Amino acid sequence: MSAKKNTVFLIVQDNEDARPIIEAVEQDNSTVTIQYQPGMVRMEAPGRLVVNRETVEENIGRDWDVQELHLNLVSLAGNVDEDDDKFEISWH
Amino acid sequence: MPAKKLNLRKRYELLTRGMGWETSYQKMDDVFPYDSFEGIKITDWDKWEDPFRLTMDAYWKFQSEKEKKLYAVIDSFAQNNGQTNLADASYLSAIKLFLTGVTPIEYAAHRGFAHLGRHFRGDGARIACQMQAIDELRHQQTQVHTISHYNKHFNGLHDPFHQFDRVWYLSVPKAFSEDALSSGPFEFITSISFAFEYVLTNLLFVPFMSGAAYNGDMATVTFGFSAQSDESRHMTLGLEIIKFMLEQHEDNLPIVQRWMDKHFWRAYRLLSLVAAMQDYMLTNSPMSWKEAWEIYFVENGGALFEDLSRYGLRMPKYHELATAEADHISHQIWSVFCSLGNATGFHTFLPTEEKMNWLSEKYPDTFDQYYRPRFEYWAEQKKAGTFEYQKGLPQLCQVCQVPMVFTEVQTDPMQISYRVTEHGGDKYHFCSDGCKDIFEFEPEKYVQAWLPVHQIYQGNCGGETLPEVLEWYKFKPEDSGDYIGSQDYLRWQEWKGGEQASKQVETNK
Repeated sequence: MSAKKNTVFLIVQDNEDARPIIEAVEQDNSTVTIQYQPGMVRMEAPGRLVVNRETVEENIGRDWDVQELHLNLVSLAGNVDEDDDKFEISWH
Repeated sequence: MPAKKLNLRKRYELLTRGMGWETSYQKMDDVFPYDSFEGIKITDWDKWEDPFRLTMDAYWKFQSEKEKKLYAVIDSFAQNNGQTNLADASYLSAIKLFLTGVTPIEYAAHRGFAHLGRHFRGDGARIACQMQAIDELRHQQTQVHTISHYNKHFNGLHDPFHQFDRVWYLSVPKAFSEDALSSGPFEFITSISFAFEYVLTNLLFVPFMSGAAYNGDMATVTFGFSAQSDESRHMTLGLEIIKFMLEQHEDNLPIVQRWMDKHFWRAYRLLSLVAAMQDYMLTNSPMSWKEAWEIYFVENGGALFEDLSRYGLRMPKYHELATAEADHISHQIWSVFCSLGNATGFHTFLPTEEKMNWLSEKYPDTFDQYYRPRFEYWAEQKKAGTFEYQKGLPQLCQVCQVPMVFTEVQTDPMQISYRVTEHGGDKYHFCSDGCKDIFEFEPEKYVQAWLPVHQIYQGNCGGETLPEVLEWYKFKPEDSGDYIGSQDYLRWQEWKGGEQASKQVETNK
């Protein structure tokens, strides 16, 4: 195992629906970097990145189903682990 | 009180298991005749899991929402004449190549996954493949709807499916997808879901679609990102199937590695067309092919294969060559199209001074030395009225079917890379060791390749002359040739007013 953690990323469309998700990622992942590119937003972090349902719900003020993420997802890199409370990507 | 809702894991388990059963009237091997001949050993299909845990009811719900959003944008684009907000009408050459080359692959993928959705023995895997089959059909349909609007205003978009089966450069995506379709189910899914979708599709859909946004093409960016939202699920399926095969039996590793080597190279060769789209056909490119390769293959692909190394899987063979070629292939492929621009279904144009400066900056080690002089020479010839298209037809690689224009980038970038082998008394030619290896492992498959150039010379493509062949392709005279002076160009001028409206004027007139 190398000491350096490989980058995982999550790319979403640059639109209103994605904004609270991006904000939740910023709030819950201290190592994330966010890049705005034409039409899309790329969030990358070393080794692991998580989207928490609770944080998104706090941002939008309503219930949020983690699978709503599918609507605005563009791409990702890493192993996916999704359940009712979070969407997580990581390298082992 | 209503019963408590089950959690996602439980719902997924209940809704994807127990959909199949051990058959008793017929032998399981007769019901699922295709999932064992490739040599992949599966001991427990129940170990299969979709990490998104998507069930059919959730699938329909989210897909219908995606569709509503997408069609609202496409309608609005059409109603508001969105085509007039493009950066330049020459940009549409990229879209014409996309819609004639990629859209039919989506349909081919639909057929392939529908087949797998019936023929995998495990019910969890079958359901994931059924969803993907529907996704691929959706992608093909949304792309056709986008074409239908551009087809009202621009040439070259009228018959993509007829052309896909005939045209010389469209045989590249056709041969790729039919190679996968004519394989067994595990090889098909390794090719499409892993080698193409996980390892390489980001290069097609992410920077290229971002490029569409950058060039004012709201319709394409919308179908592109809508397709890509499904693609994330497909990529995850691709990674899952690889892990599943490797975890099930150690004998699977050499088979999977060979498929990985083969389909990485096949998919990479196909993407050389995308390299040209990215660097030359987009009026404004947000990112060069080389930059995209570094981020999406070298960095992310590297992380992926490091993750998979715990199963013994290594990086695909010849990946170093692909990285070295990143400095060259877009220039080489665009040169082919420009030199055969009288036989393409889209318009060609030489890079403007502004574009060439951008290319010099992005390709400091190669563009000024090897490629700028060629484009400047052609520009001088065009000015002097002495430019001529290639008279002969290019030799094609027997496997990838790309014209033989790739060079020995690691030793002599001006030397064409030729490889040859003999089989059954005949010689076969290849662009690379990667393509030659693929042939030599399964020569009986690839001797049957329908090579467009051979077919033209054998008289199977409408006639002996270029106009006859183009008519057989259903290309109209106004579809091909220089962008400057074309009907598309004149229409753009009419909308935008005056020659300065086109970004392609200075070097192409």
